[in-house]
Amino acid sequence: MKKFFSLFKKNKATGERNTFLLLGVIITGFILLMVIVGLFYTPYNPTKMDASAKLQGISFKHIMGTDNMGRDVFSRVMYGSRITVAIATFTILIGAGIGTIIGALTGYFGGIGDEITMRIIDAMLAFPSLLLSLVFVSLFGTGTYQVAIALGISFIPSFARIVRGEFLRCKNMDYVEVARLQGASNIRIIFVHILPNTVGVLLSSVMIGFNNAVLAEAGLSFLGIGAQPPHASLGKMLSDAQGYLFNRPSYVMSIGLVIVLMVLGFSFLGEGIKRIKN
Amino acid sequence: MGNVILDVADLHIEFHDHDKPETVVEDFDLMLEEGEIVGIVGESGSGKSMSALAIAGLLKRHALTKKGRIMFNGTDLLTCSRKELRSYQGDEISMIFQEPMTSLNPVKKIGWQVEESLRIHHKDIDKKERKRRAIEMLTAVGMHDPEKLYEKYPHELSGGMRQRVMIAAAMIGEPRILIADEPTTALDVTIQAQIVELLRKMNREKGTAIIFISHDLSLIRQICKRVIVMQSGNIVETGYVEDIFRHPKMSYTRKLIAAIPQIDLS
Repeated sequence: MKKFFSLFKKNKATGERNTFLLLGVIITGFILLMVIVGLFYTPYNPTKMDASAKLQGISFKHIMGTDNMGRDVFSRVMYGSRITVAIATFTILIGAGIGTIIGALTGYFGGIGDEITMRIIDAMLAFPSLLLSLVFVSLFGTGTYQVAIALGISFIPSFARIVRGEFLRCKNMDYVEVARLQGASNIRIIFVHILPNTVGVLLSSVMIGFNNAVLAEAGLSFLGIGAQPPHASLGKMLSDAQGYLFNRPSYVMSIGLVIVLMVLGFSFLGEGIKRIKN
Repeated sequence: MGNVILDVADLHIEFHDHDKPETVVEDFDLMLEEGEIVGIVGESGSGKSMSALAIAGLLKRHALTKKGRIMFNGTDLLTCSRKELRSYQGDEISMIFQEPMTSLNPVKKIGWQVEESLRIHHKDIDKKERKRRAIEMLTAVGMHDPEKLYEKYPHELSGGMRQRVMIAAAMIGEPRILIADEPTTALDVTIQAQIVELLRKMNREKGTAIIFISHDLSLIRQICKRVIVMQSGNIVETGYVEDIFRHPKMSYTRKLIAAIPQIDLS
């Protein structure tokens, strides 16, 4: 814990502070706090409509105003960011998990299996990931889980690429040779000796991947594919709000702000982690 | 004469990277007795490291052919299964490399790395006993404050310390053969002498046979009884170190001896 806090202090040698990490932790902490509190408490029922309070502006009663059906926007944002974060997390678990295994095996063993897998991955990377997700969504159908799985699959190639590169770099290192000489099996070398060396790169790409997942989910929901009503994800709410851009700008702006903060927080966190490693 | 524990005969290694096969080791023979230190000396590219890697079972299995036999414990290490080879590696046969700076895994603690071959070969040894042995080994290689060192990472150590850690990691399973591939080349002279002394101590106390590879004949003279002189993949001369020093038969050996810097005090 002490070590954790020391990361935010000024570096004595260089006199620099890891501002990215600090901001990242604060912003991400704020978003996560909102999500966690939203599990137990929201100021209003996020799905309760009230025809007498449609499209209200920012006030103490409704800090982000109300939407076109009189629902409290802040309550809906608390509720919606939970779904967005859940989809993004699930996406990363699938994408980074499977991608890492594929990248590790192909990078370490090489040969014909590597060639074939990499050409398939090249082909997948040739499509924009949003388009690829759309293809998978059309296979699996719409819904929260389906979107997470579809996004997860379309995230596999980039993770496989990154991890494979790291393994190519590490597999000829002396310490791998030493491990082999100690009688370690290939599986042990891959997962116990080499994988921990890729954590730095992997972690910052997980952060970037998380951002992309949030944005991709928002994009898919905007197109009406993600979470289905009455559930709301941030992207879905944004697409609902766009029709009122001119008569109630605070409605769409407040939702957009939350998405921006979420992405920004994780970007800072990723950059901050990268700087620790250096 | 003691028991012969390693018998290498007619070892040929050929590369197939290019159009024409390239022979890097030819007719390599080596008899290693229990508790003996044998030196292999030769210039860069003479095939000494290649022979050592073959004995350690570290040559990749594609892009080259190997002929001959490497008998250890009644099995031929050249033809035995991968699994059998692995059961010897790290436990019966260990190796230390030239480059201590890159031989340790940068993200693992020293203690973890020293214990690794115990973790692989002796699964019945529990965590506490493993740690006890690692600390004991770190003490044996002359490290101060091994308890503290156990929790450190490689980047916190100097080159000489890392090489000691490598020796500790190689020796923890009490192997019967230790292959030292230019273990002192990357270190400065005072540290060099300490490492050589350490290897000699290991040999004396644990009875580990050592194959000591170097391009430096004066080092070989300090530590080995017998020596094999190699040039471009062939053994040019073999015998007792002192004989070779006094009566080198081949011109190449004479050249190697002449290459040892002499301090002229007059």
